[in-house]
Amino acid sequence: MSESIDYKLVGTSPVRPDGVDKVTGRAQYGADLNLPNQIHGKVLRSPHAHARIKRIDTSRATAMPGVYAVITGEDFPPPPEHGDVGGEAGGSIGDHARNIMARDKALYHGHAVAAVAARSLRIADEALAAIEVEYEVLEPVLDLDAAMAPGAPLLDENCFTKNLPEKSDKPSNIAEVMLLSRGDVDKGFEEADVIVEGEYRIPMAHQGYIEPHACIANTNEAGQSTVWCCTQAHFDFRAITAKVLNMNVADLKFIASEIGGGFGGKTVVYLEPLAVLLSRKARRPVKMKMTREEVFRATGPTSGTHCKIKVGAKKDGTLTAATAWMAYEAGAYAGAPMGPGALTVFVPYHLENFKVEGYEVLVNKPKVGAYRAPGAPQSMHAMESAIDDLARELNMDPLDLRLKNAAEEGTRASYGPKFPVIGLKECLRAAKAHPNYTRALPEGAGRGVAVGFWFNFGLQSSAEVHVNENGTVTVVEGNPDIGGSRASMCIMAAETLGVPYESVRTLIGDTESTGFSNSTGGSRTTFATGMAVVRACEDIIAQCRARAAVTWGIDEDQVLWVDGQAIPASGVNDELKPLSLADIAENAAKTGGPLLSRASLTAKGAGPSFSVNIADLQVDRDTGKIDVLAFTAIQDAGRAIHKAYVEGQLQGGAAQGLGWALNEEYIYNADGIMENAGFLDYRMPVASDLPMIDTQIVEVPNPRHPYGVRGVGETPIVAPLAAAANAVRDAIGIRIHDLPLSPPRVLAALDAAAD
Amino acid sequence: MNKIQVITSINHEEVEFLCEPQETLLDVLRDTLGRTGTKEGCATGDCGACSVLVDDRLVCSCLVLAAETGGREITTIEGIATEEGLHPIQQKFLDHAALQCGVCTPGLIIATKSLLDRHPDPDETTIRYWLAGNLCRCTGYDKIVRAVQDVARDLAGPA
Amino acid sequence: MAHVVFLSHLLAVTDGEAELDVPARNVRELLAALEQRFPDAGEELRRSAIAIDGLICHDAFLETLGPDSEVYFMPQIAGG
Ligand code: FES
Ligand code: FES
Repeated sequence: MSESIDYKLVGTSPVRPDGVDKVTGRAQYGADLNLPNQIHGKVLRSPHAHARIKRIDTSRATAMPGVYAVITGEDFPPPPEHGDVGGEAGGSIGDHARNIMARDKALYHGHAVAAVAARSLRIADEALAAIEVEYEVLEPVLDLDAAMAPGAPLLDENCFTKNLPEKSDKPSNIAEVMLLSRGDVDKGFEEADVIVEGEYRIPMAHQGYIEPHACIANTNEAGQSTVWCCTQAHFDFRAITAKVLNMNVADLKFIASEIGGGFGGKTVVYLEPLAVLLSRKARRPVKMKMTREEVFRATGPTSGTHCKIKVGAKKDGTLTAATAWMAYEAGAYAGAPMGPGALTVFVPYHLENFKVEGYEVLVNKPKVGAYRAPGAPQSMHAMESAIDDLARELNMDPLDLRLKNAAEEGTRASYGPKFPVIGLKECLRAAKAHPNYTRALPEGAGRGVAVGFWFNFGLQSSAEVHVNENGTVTVVEGNPDIGGSRASMCIMAAETLGVPYESVRTLIGDTESTGFSNSTGGSRTTFATGMAVVRACEDIIAQCRARAAVTWGIDEDQVLWVDGQAIPASGVNDELKPLSLADIAENAAKTGGPLLSRASLTAKGAGPSFSVNIADLQVDRDTGKIDVLAFTAIQDAGRAIHKAYVEGQLQGGAAQGLGWALNEEYIYNADGIMENAGFLDYRMPVASDLPMIDTQIVEVPNPRHPYGVRGVGETPIVAPLAAAANAVRDAIGIRIHDLPLSPPRVLAALDAAAD
Repeated sequence: MNKIQVITSINHEEVEFLCEPQETLLDVLRDTLGRTGTKEGCATGDCGACSVLVDDRLVCSCLVLAAETGGREITTIEGIATEEGLHPIQQKFLDHAALQCGVCTPGLIIATKSLLDRHPDPDETTIRYWLAGNLCRCTGYDKIVRAVQDVARDLAGPA
Repeated sequence: MAHVVFLSHLLAVTDGEAELDVPARNVRELLAALEQRFPDAGEELRRSAIAIDGLICHDAFLETLGPDSEVYFMPQIAGG
């Protein structure tokens, strides 16, 4: 499957360099830092899902003893009119500013309307209670149908649907439309022997990282501020905070703490500008941390969606045409991942005729944020369910049907360009050959398969490599380590330099001490930052060859670098003793000073990553409860740098996807208040809900990365949704279109079928 | 507000602190005593990130009032390693890559210790149910369960 | 010469034109030519991701284009 290259370290699973601090409680996460003289910030949040803010009176709160600062929207500069927040979190800077602190309107229950800083959390809470806000309560718009209906109450009177063929002059809750098509759909359906259709709804779901958002800001009298926070992207946070507060980027220093999970959710700024402003007013360090309830109510989950799919095929399984209609909830402001949803819905297949119509819709719920492979799980759930139905109609093995239509290198992707080398067929074949695919199922259980996908991407990364005086190596880069990326950087550096893994350490620099890097997200860190690390190491090797050459008094091109040492080219002064990295470092003072190098780049050519999942589920027909009996995650990683952490990405993504498929959902009441804003009622998988998750890493190397990396973090969450739905279909003989497949829904479907 | 004086033992060291009546053990550990190894994920007893042992009983420290801990023996993540080095549970978590972000790890290590103290040779189901109070969002639990199995195997010694 | 394809998010600024051939040796020249042709499209074009012969690039600018290069302008895609 993969060409075999003799790597010493790539593909192994050494212990991470930051591990001991994380198992002993020393590692400092977002809420773990305390500064002398610090006070505590808290946010007042809208009790209404949709309301005009008529008046805020903070005088009583401001006068309370122990209260140092109170801020409202009035304390902020006007929201910037131009500029986007990079693809990561989506949407305009102006909307992010309004989301961080409401100005004239509160657009969801939990929207920040004021904040205080006080000596203790208790006083801060009392101060919040003393702030008087006069609201004009408006009718909330809570679901896609209602929001899209003509005459629906508007969230934003200045929202005109983008990308309509005819520019619209009527405001709408539909923020954006996306249309994609190819070929002749009508003709394609005419050629079909079988057509399946389905309509699928999935409610909002949250990333569910265990560590709530937290930060400390320390602002001095010159307005310079140091912010320590848990983030996937301290450089992006600095940029957004600067824009929202109209500050000079150079006056902000962001230090990334250790981060307790993010999955996209910590690419979005919520607290930091509030803390900076409070700290400026209070002239003290201000610490802020969200409660779990705030995390649910006021940070971005991913979109609730509604998808309609129609697929036609010939008797032999050849797909002839497909259409998809999809609507994605954006929450309070534009920025839903509808685009990627539309671009990925048909992505695994070779399709001559298709049409996709996508809508991004404002509703009075929190502004959605990125969540692993944003947008793809929802749309691909619909398509992969339909393909499963099609396989049944055609009486074909579902993997064979997919193999028959699978995209490969050169196939024109449904999103337009032709695919570079990809590993979809390799994953499908691996699934077919996997013993878990043919193992007998217990009575009453069902098996489902589905395909997942993510583009992966590059963006900007920087890295520095320092060789210490004893030949050990320090790598400095700017991507917070969420899942073991320090270990991956150490592996790539050590492999490139030819030194032991243990002699390399990786540090995450703050915004003042290392070069710019975009977020740890989109599966880009090992790919893009890894590329920068490898390039910087190659430069170290070039320097070492030069140092060896001057040491020996021979030409540089007669020095080779082999297994971590400089050796003379064969036939040249064979008596010269090889010089190791340590030898060269020890002598560095005499040969030109310390050895260091840096690389910065915009990484191009990220490799798409496909997956295939196999789910075995058992349905209790009396209670509707579903047990996961077995789960197999197969994915093309390009190449796994740290094998165990790649497996971990596959397993963690599978667990999140299964949670989403089986239980997780935002439940709202008629007033737009989330009714399950806690881990007890927003039920994420626990250890006893899951079996071991088998993984198989397929390696179809990405030719654009020095070690073939594609990136693995996003794709794993995509396929479990449909794999689970298809397994339930297999188990009970009923297609349940909507998620989650919670006991009441399953029971209702069983009851309906029995009637 | 009147503070309450409490004398207790944390990781076999006598500790004295003042707390307000409504403060939890988690608040005091983290904010008053600076023992931030114990994490807060929910403060409502639903995630296990704040797990500690009180007199060898596994509890969520966010559900225990600090004022009630006088005279107890409290074990936190900071007290698991010894002079000889990491506890075998800590080592196996590292060896098996059982942590990604690591924020659930202190709680899971405490819960595992409590499990193995009572059931030195647990089967997979026992492990999964014992750890069901500790949420991990990153790993899917697979490598955590394997790490625990491996510790248990080592504890059992050569067969 | 590059064959350029716009996905639907750009059609509003390209007067509905979805495909065209543009003489350009690199993305910089291509963007300049397109901006001249579609004066309203500048910002949207520069914001788009660009797939050149199948490889998706954010922030494309200096990439060279071959005589038969296929260039897709796509919405920016990120990730979690
Ligand atoms: S913080 Fe105590 S259980 Fe979550
Ligand atoms: S490792 Fe991140 S929550 Fe468990």
